[in-house]
Amino acid sequence: MFWTVTISLLRGFLMTLKLFGLTLLFSLPLGLFICFNSMSRNPVLRLPFRFLIWIIRGTPLLLQLLVFYYGPGILFHTNLWGSGDSGRFFAALAAFVINYACYFSEIYRGGIQSIPVGQYEAGQVLGMTKGQIFRKIIFLQVIKRIVPPISNEIITLVKDTSLARVIAVYEIIWSGQSFIKAEGIIWPLFYTGAFYLIFSGLLTILFHYIERKLNYFR
Amino acid sequence: MALLEVKNLRKSFGETEVLADINFTMEEGQAVSIIGSSGSGKTTLLRCLNFLERPDGGTIDVRGERLFDGSVPARFTEDEIRRKRLHFGMVFQSFNLFPQYTALENVMLAPTLAMKRSGRSGQDEIRKNAERLLDQMGLMNRAGNYPHQLSGGQQQRVAIARALALSPDILCFDEPTSALDPELTGEVLKVIRELARNRTTMIIVTHEMAFARDVADVAIFMDGGRIVEQGDPREVIENPKEERTKRFLANYNRQQD
Repeated sequence: MFWTVTISLLRGFLMTLKLFGLTLLFSLPLGLFICFNSMSRNPVLRLPFRFLIWIIRGTPLLLQLLVFYYGPGILFHTNLWGSGDSGRFFAALAAFVINYACYFSEIYRGGIQSIPVGQYEAGQVLGMTKGQIFRKIIFLQVIKRIVPPISNEIITLVKDTSLARVIAVYEIIWSGQSFIKAEGIIWPLFYTGAFYLIFSGLLTILFHYIERKLNYFR
Repeated sequence: MALLEVKNLRKSFGETEVLADINFTMEEGQAVSIIGSSGSGKTTLLRCLNFLERPDGGTIDVRGERLFDGSVPARFTEDEIRRKRLHFGMVFQSFNLFPQYTALENVMLAPTLAMKRSGRSGQDEIRKNAERLLDQMGLMNRAGNYPHQLSGGQQQRVAIARALALSPDILCFDEPTSALDPELTGEVLKVIRELARNRTTMIIVTHEMAFARDVADVAIFMDGGRIVEQGDPREVIENPKEERTKRFLANYNRQQD
C-alpha cells in the first residue's frame, strides 16, 4: 500500500513541480517587465499596468484560475488552451504566471525605489549610461533587498499550486485525497504534507544560502 | 581665457527661485570655496554644473566651450550630457560609494566602463592609476575593503579618488565633511588641502570657515540664490564688506563659541 500511495503522490507532485517551476520561469522576468511599465513616467504605459496589478492582487487566485480556464471558450468561443489535460495545465500556468508576475513586480518596485537616489547620481556624474547604472550599480543592490520578500512569495507558490485542482489539474493533494474515497485511509494526506514540508524546507535552505552569499556588502 | 565661466545662471523649483543670477569665473589650478547658509543655492549651483539639475537660463563655458546655453531650448541627448558632465567631478556629502564594490573597484568602475565603451584597452593602466589615487588618499591598505568596512572619513576619501580617476577639469565638493563625525573631518580636509597644493582645480561648498579661508584662492558668499560677495578668502571671511556676509559670519562665529 505504501508504495502504491508513494507512486501516486509522486505523480501528483511531479505536476506540482512542473507548475511551480514553469510559473517561476515565466513570472520572474514578466514581473520585471510589468514593474518597469508600472513605474513609467508615461501614463499610457503606467495606468494599464497599475490597473492590471490592482485587478490581479485584488481578486482571489482561485477566481482567476476559473476565469482563465472557462473565459476564453465561453466569452470568445475560442479553444485557446487546447483540450484535455494539457489545456487545463496551460490555463492554470497562465493564471499562475500573471498572478505571480504582478506580486513580483510590486516587490521589484519596492526594491528599486528603496535604492537611494545618490547611487544613481554617483553613476551619472561618473559618466555612466542609464543601462550601466542599472546593471552595474542598482541591480545587485535590488536583488539583495528583495531576496527575503521574493522567497516568501516563492514558498507561498509551492502551496498555491494546489489551487489548480479547481480546474481539474491533477496535483498532489488531489492524488492524496483520492485514497480517502477509494481506500478509507487518511495517512496519504499527511504524507502529502510531508512532500510540501520537505520541498519548502529545501527552498528555505537555498534562500538562506543566497542571502548569506549577498552578505558581503550592505 | 578662464577655465570656467558661469553667466546669469538661473534655476527655480516651481515658484521658488534657488539661483537668481549667478556670475563667476575661475582659472585653471584655482580652488574656489563657496560659503553661505543652508538654502542659499550652493548645492544647486554644483548640481547645475554637474548636469544633475537643468538650469532655467544662463550659460556655462569650460575652456571656451559652451556646455550649456539657456537661450537654446534644445534638450541634450543622454550621450551629450554624459560627455559634458565629464568636465566636472563630484564628491557628495553622503559619499554615495557603491556598496557592492571594494574601494579599488569603486575607483576603477567608471574608467573601466568608459574604456569598454570606446573599445580601447588599458585595464592595467586603470588599475595602476586607481592604486596611485588610493595611495594618495592614504588608503592603499584599504583597497580591498568594502564601503561598510570603512569609516566615514575613509569612504569620503575613496569617493574623492573615484572622482579624480576620470581626471575632471574641475572637481566639485558638496559639503564633503558635513556627514562626518567631527574627529573624522580632519583627514578629509587634509587630502583636499593636499589637492589644493597640487593645483587641482576645485569648487568646494563647505561650512568649515577656517578651511574655506585657508584652502581657497577665491571665496564666494551666497545668499538667497545670489552671489553676495566674492574675492580673496581672507577678505571675504575675515573682513567682509557686505552686511549680509557680516551677519552670516557673526552668526557662524557665535555658534562656534
